[in-house]
Amino acid sequence: MFAYANPKRFMDLSGPFVPWLATAAAILLVVGLYLAFTAPPDYQQGDTVRIMFIHVPAAWTAMMAYALMAFSAAIGLINRHPLADAAAKTAAPLGALFTALALVTGSLWGKPMWGAWWVWDARLTSFLLLLFLYLGYIALWNAIEDETRAARATAILAIVGAVNLPIIEFSVEWWSTLHQGESILRKGGPLIAPVFLWPLAAMALGYTLLFFTLWIVRIRTEILNRRLRALQMGAA
Amino acid sequence: MIALLSRDMRLAFRAGGGAMLALAFFASVAALVPLGIGPDLRLLARIAGGVLWIAAVLAGLLSLDRLFQADYEDGSLDLIALSPLPLEAVSFAKIVAHWLTTGLPLTLLSPVLALMYGVPVRGFLPLIASLLIGTPAVSAIGAVGASLTLSIRRGGLILPLIVLPLLAPAVIFGAGAVIGALDNLPNGALPLLAAFSFAALLLSPFAVAAAVRLNLGS
Repeated sequence: MFAYANPKRFMDLSGPFVPWLATAAAILLVVGLYLAFTAPPDYQQGDTVRIMFIHVPAAWTAMMAYALMAFSAAIGLINRHPLADAAAKTAAPLGALFTALALVTGSLWGKPMWGAWWVWDARLTSFLLLLFLYLGYIALWNAIEDETRAARATAILAIVGAVNLPIIEFSVEWWSTLHQGESILRKGGPLIAPVFLWPLAAMALGYTLLFFTLWIVRIRTEILNRRLRALQMGAA
Repeated sequence: MIALLSRDMRLAFRAGGGAMLALAFFASVAALVPLGIGPDLRLLARIAGGVLWIAAVLAGLLSLDRLFQADYEDGSLDLIALSPLPLEAVSFAKIVAHWLTTGLPLTLLSPVLALMYGVPVRGFLPLIASLLIGTPAVSAIGAVGASLTLSIRRGGLILPLIVLPLLAPAVIFGAGAVIGALDNLPNGALPLLAAFSFAALLLSPFAVAAAVRLNLGS
């Protein structure tokens, strides 16, 4: 892994990779959306069940983004590697975006199903807290001018957050829950009909690839920005 | 370590130290809530645990900037870092000092406020116990935020954004213990709160020390 962690090599390798990844994400999202709209309406939820296909993958991607961000931050802190710092920095706004998307689509779904735009349910609340964690991370990064110092300070925050997230999750769960339980990754197989499972799987993979596409593009931009700044400093 | 602890406490209690100010802040937040909600004692008794917990967290946050900021600005933090005492121990001593000057006084004041909120007697013990057990976590996790925002000029604004989501479990278990007692329901809030607090006290000195080192540029 570390052999590819050289910024120059990363730029060379990731450049041609991006269009392919973007195309795959686009195809999967189109297929997933097509399947989502042609799936039969749910016998209880009617057509609103289709919100699931854009809501659930957003939530999964948001959590994956935090894990990847904390992992990159830890690598950056331990190995002092600028590429890992850039990866952690650029994952945060994407994660915040997917978290916000999950919250908004969940809210749109909650209105017809639960009769309220927002309920103080465990899953919703912990996602709101996740959004605040992302925002705090981004704010801390922006507040510290020195790039390496900012990277290390935010890495500490990301790790503290990663340790605390399961506790927050548990405590909020203990506090109140209305949200439905886990229905995909459970003992005894998924509880969801295949006609819903396939579009969900396509959308989940599409979201994941979309995240990776955007992430790589953002890391590339970050590296180019740093080079530009270094050149400007050199010229000044 | 003891010397550092007693020095921090002396500084906090002397003029401009802010220990008394945090306590006054706690009391005034608690006094403002009934003005916004209305004087219905039944309602107030029900929300007292939550209100006092939130006021305690805010009061703890308010006084966090003096944890490292003053020492950082006048250079004594550099001297403390140079001493043979490991920074982790320094962080722990400072967290304990912060708790002794904010969390503990708040806890001691809370029965008076609970009385004013009309909390029945069976809610008193859980309230005091939850504040006593839980406020060390506020000091410990708050110290992580304070040390991370040490060199930022407007750190006071970022600090709450960083720390408040991390403190959600403390508020949930703390207020939950009081509500559970009011409803005469057995619940595991206090042990869970104790576990959270213990873990926070144990782990955060390491994060604080790393952040202080980073901000001192060593």
